[in-house]
Amino acid sequence: MHAIANAAAGYPRGIEPLEPPEPREYAQALRFDSVTCTFPGRTARAETYTAVRDVSLAVRDGEFLSIVGPTGCGKSTLLNVAAGLIRPSKGTLSVFGTSLKDGLNRQASYLFQVDALMPWKTTEDNIAAGLLFHGMRKDAALAQARDWLVRVGLDGHGRKYPHQLSGGMRKRAGLAQALALNPRILLMDEPFSALDIQTRHLMEGELLRLWSLDRKSIVFVTHDLEEAISLSDRVVVMSAGPATHPIAEFAIDLPRPRDVAEIRMTQRFLQLHAQIWGVLKTEVLKSYAHARV
Amino acid sequence: MRTPVFDPRSKVAVQGTRIAVLASALFLWWLLTSRKWISPFFFGDPAGVFQRIVNWFVSGSVFVHLYTTLVETLLAFVIGTALGLACGLWLALNPFLAIVADPFIKALNSMPRLIFAPIFALWFGLGIWSKVALGVTLVFFVVFFNVFQGVREVSPAVLSNTRMLGANPRQLMWHVYLPSAMSWVFSSLHNAIGIAFVGSVVGEYLGSEKGIGYLILLAEGNFDIDSVIAGILLLTLFALVLDISVSLLEERVLRWQPGGGQTVDASA
Repeated sequence: MHAIANAAAGYPRGIEPLEPPEPREYAQALRFDSVTCTFPGRTARAETYTAVRDVSLAVRDGEFLSIVGPTGCGKSTLLNVAAGLIRPSKGTLSVFGTSLKDGLNRQASYLFQVDALMPWKTTEDNIAAGLLFHGMRKDAALAQARDWLVRVGLDGHGRKYPHQLSGGMRKRAGLAQALALNPRILLMDEPFSALDIQTRHLMEGELLRLWSLDRKSIVFVTHDLEEAISLSDRVVVMSAGPATHPIAEFAIDLPRPRDVAEIRMTQRFLQLHAQIWGVLKTEVLKSYAHARV
Repeated sequence: MRTPVFDPRSKVAVQGTRIAVLASALFLWWLLTSRKWISPFFFGDPAGVFQRIVNWFVSGSVFVHLYTTLVETLLAFVIGTALGLACGLWLALNPFLAIVADPFIKALNSMPRLIFAPIFALWFGLGIWSKVALGVTLVFFVVFFNVFQGVREVSPAVLSNTRMLGANPRQLMWHVYLPSAMSWVFSSLHNAIGIAFVGSVVGEYLGSEKGIGYLILLAEGNFDIDSVIAGILLLTLFALVLDISVSLLEERVLRWQPGGGQTVDASA
């Protein structure tokens, strides 16, 4: 099989919204149509900053999609658009075929790069919080939260506050918090970047194991290419910022189930890595040159 | 080698030294006034002050004054804190309102508010409510500014995460903004207690028929310096008791915060 290194392959731009959706459209969990995000400048002058420009991208239902790109290229902006936390300046976002007009994306859970647990709640209360917000009764929510504690390997840590947990344990708690709501889409913003390499591999394995159970659609943003390849079905490479857009995408045809540590040694992995890095490298260099000016 | 006596971790050494400092201060006071090196007429004397406090409690004459002052202080404290909390949250969550109100709040805060005491006496009479009103104006701003700041300092990640978990605005208030502002509120409450006492005592001093401030005013009229000092000591004692109760409450409510021996992860 050959990786497709073609800009936004298969997802033509400028789709007419009036056109009745084809059946396969429903198999798309998320769809960005010419999304552009422009922010007002920091200074009082009318300078604006375009983080992402004209992004068209679709995430299939049940797909594990990774987005890689140089740091500060607006990957997080895309996730925030997908979550409904920010509205695109132009273009639309569709969730399972329905355009997200206002409000948050209720189909999605979001795992942030920084710790986002409520520090004043215990681990189990943190996990139960989302269920409570969705109207579940307190005891039922807590029971379910304790189930999730076991599932993410935090059994016995439910009564601890976030500051009493290690970085990896906080990530597990965050994962449980996100998954407890049983979302159809999981958005992840460099969730493991703050962890040491061993913990990171453990967490990646854990994520794959949990994902394999019910195959949610995952959008995984990272700047770590190895992480992207070992986890995903498809890797999208973004251009250097500003005005980021996808420049290439690669299907990752490595067999599942995968061992995230061992798969990095296989021939096919190295081939894919070389191919994708070829594209990514020029962008990283551009971004580096830009930052030095 | 001898073990160091002045070890800051040794409770006995610390408490012992504290008691020694207090005892020497009292002894010095007693020495100076009993030898007439300074006039006991102007500086009182410890024995007389002690005698006065004992008399007050034995005769029971002090209870009505103490009760009045405590009620005024507690009311001012509770009402001022509640208003400060409510307004702080309200303004912090309404950026437009906050900008509009900004110059007014700055002006009100920089105004010497004790000067309101005569006006409140006219508005609310000589009873407890004029003192409560004065205390409220003092307590309010301390709490208000802290809550305002506390809400502004809420971690954006925690906020976005909780919104993504499906919290509505009311739930965000209860689960994110309030708990986050709480540590700021408690640090302000320690100041607020002292200030609430200032409000009631100054109010009583300016016009009342009961209260410790009134007691001090009467004693001053009779040049009875021992009673003045006895009144001040009583106030200090009760302010201390209230401060300790706030600390105890703080420990319970802010249990989630990293305390001694537990460090926060730097990446958090």
